[in-house]
Amino acid sequence: MNSALSITKNIHDWLFSIMPETAASIAEMVLIALVYLGIFAIAGLFLVLLERRVAAWFQLRIGPNRVGFQGLLQTMADAIKLLSKELTGTSKADKFLYNLAPYFVIISSLMALSVFPFTKEFQAFDINIGLFFLIAVSSIGVIGILLGGWSSNNKFAMIGAMRSGVQTISYELSIGLSLLTMVLITGSLQLSEIVEVQKSGWLIVQGHIPAIIAFMIYMIAGTAETNRAPFDMVEAESELGAGFHTEYSGMKFAYFFLAEFINMFIIAAIATTVFFGAWLSPFGITESIPMLGVFWFLLKALILVFLMMWFRWTFPRLRIDQLLTLEWKYLLPLNLANIVIMALLVWLNLTISF
Amino acid sequence: METTTLTSNFKSEEYFINMGPQHPATHGVLRLLLTIDGEIIKKVEPDLGYIHRSIEKMCERDSYQQIVHLTDRMDYLSANINNEAVCLTVENALQLEIPDRVKVIRTIIGELTRISSHCLWWGVMGMDVGALTTYFYGFRDRELLNDIFEETCGARLTMNYNVPGGLMFDIHPNFVKRVKEFITHFKTKLPEYDRLLTDNIIFQKRAIGVGVLSKEDAISYGASGPVGRASGYSCDVRKHHPYSALDKVTFNEALRTEGDTYARYLVRIQEMWESMSIVEQLIDNIPEGEHRVATNAVIKLPKGEYYQKVETARGELGVYVISTGTKSPYRLKFRSPGFSNLSLLNHIAVGGKIGDLVATMATLDLVIPDIDR
Repeated sequence: MNSALSITKNIHDWLFSIMPETAASIAEMVLIALVYLGIFAIAGLFLVLLERRVAAWFQLRIGPNRVGFQGLLQTMADAIKLLSKELTGTSKADKFLYNLAPYFVIISSLMALSVFPFTKEFQAFDINIGLFFLIAVSSIGVIGILLGGWSSNNKFAMIGAMRSGVQTISYELSIGLSLLTMVLITGSLQLSEIVEVQKSGWLIVQGHIPAIIAFMIYMIAGTAETNRAPFDMVEAESELGAGFHTEYSGMKFAYFFLAEFINMFIIAAIATTVFFGAWLSPFGITESIPMLGVFWFLLKALILVFLMMWFRWTFPRLRIDQLLTLEWKYLLPLNLANIVIMALLVWLNLTISF
Repeated sequence: METTTLTSNFKSEEYFINMGPQHPATHGVLRLLLTIDGEIIKKVEPDLGYIHRSIEKMCERDSYQQIVHLTDRMDYLSANINNEAVCLTVENALQLEIPDRVKVIRTIIGELTRISSHCLWWGVMGMDVGALTTYFYGFRDRELLNDIFEETCGARLTMNYNVPGGLMFDIHPNFVKRVKEFITHFKTKLPEYDRLLTDNIIFQKRAIGVGVLSKEDAISYGASGPVGRASGYSCDVRKHHPYSALDKVTFNEALRTEGDTYARYLVRIQEMWESMSIVEQLIDNIPEGEHRVATNAVIKLPKGEYYQKVETARGELGVYVISTGTKSPYRLKFRSPGFSNLSLLNHIAVGGKIGDLVATMATLDLVIPDIDR
């Protein structure tokens, strides 16, 4: 039993010894929520910095490297600046919805974060419909974007919000179907089960060709789902100024901004869990040290995050009709065919497993 | 990509939206009044005048040497070519004999200015279609040119290098060497532009068949420069009415017939290659001699009307001077390429999406001070 786990066990025992069972459970939930909130904030800030450094690297620049070692505190400084900024808004905005919108976005990504198996033990919440839960909660975010764009009484924001709606509804199909393709192999939606199956080879290896196709579709749809370039129709700064968050400032804007980065991490983390064996190390090289699972999980996820950053800083943006054409005329039919192929593979036992 | 028209039972309503004067895609203070149905543009009305500085009126007060300085502030990306236009007008009116050295240097600097302007345009074009990285690539190469200009004439943007009668200073001893270095460098970098943006499938889908301008319309709207040439209208002033040393060099006029956004894009890319070839032909044999011929301190043009046109990076710039024999012109009119090209916008953007409008506007390569003057 490793030390991190014994700490949590000690806290658990201590809590249950000093208060009644219900209160202890609630206290434990609050503690876990706080831990995840911490992870959320740190991951968000780190990813913003990573994006800026990666962008600088692609663009022949240096990027932020002044505040803290190699700019590590830059985003912290930015966050403090955003905290101190005035919250402006339009006078005819629907105040209630306008203020509510950022929370939808941030809560959706926070909820999604809770189910990932960072290691075998480090998983807050392992339900039997894990994958379904992930897809469901990550689509709550679009409500926030729609509300924010609609309620801020700005036509540019409105166009951005409507684009977001049409885009997210379309690409969620692809996300769901490409993940379902993989579920055909695992036979379970529970994330810990999915990881268990991958002990005999990561799913992208087990499912070979259809799995690779599913992975590609998933990455395309995932980029679209997070509203990042080349699918950043929602913000499209050269067309809509700032899109749906045009009228937001200060911390409300920061919520949207952070959520975008966390969503990117979530998309990468889902791919890590479903295609690349989550916390499993390649060829089981560090199987004896379970805590290293966190390292492997984050490494795999960061490589995928880097891939998405690579997309963003290389490709031009699609036009809205091309975006929909891509989904409905190409990805969706391909996806459906892919599911059938995968079903045949599983049925005929043609998957590769070690 | 084929698009089919859907007949909808839903009632839709057109709405009005202000694009600019502060909008990232208008590259300055241009205001577009858009009438939109959903995402589809129904009408585009440019609203001008946000940085009108009465340059033409100010010219009526200034001496001809002073006018040259004002022209920098019109199309600031082709500052040097603008200067040249006024100088040529004055020199032709005075019938001054300009040394060959001046002519060659003017042409070289003019073509370098064109490359520099197109570099910036390319970067911004990419940014308008959503590829932010192009901006930095374009500026990387433009920076080298700015350094060369800075070394020779002390300024990077508003150069004021031409004066009536020649050049303000002789070229810097390093000039030839550095220009050659730049050409070698840029020959390896221009294919990079193609790899990053031209050959990108998303970019091609965004550009091909968007904002189509027919040759007839190009002529009737007075389009010039790359915009006209992309529609098959041979309108290169350098070719048809060569000035300075342009009659000594051979180059191809970049012509295409498609007239869409992609054609306008390719014309500019090809122009960069042609400009490099012009510079290469001239850089090795800059004639020796004076860099300036003496003129009177107060230049008075003989009574009459004078017109000179040059090809800036954006198209045909005409300078029309009416002189009554005094030290200032009675009337001076600039025919700026940007103004005519902007008038096209409503014609070619209607029916497209908002994204198409932005891409189309990027290939018109508008510089707002050039339009507003």
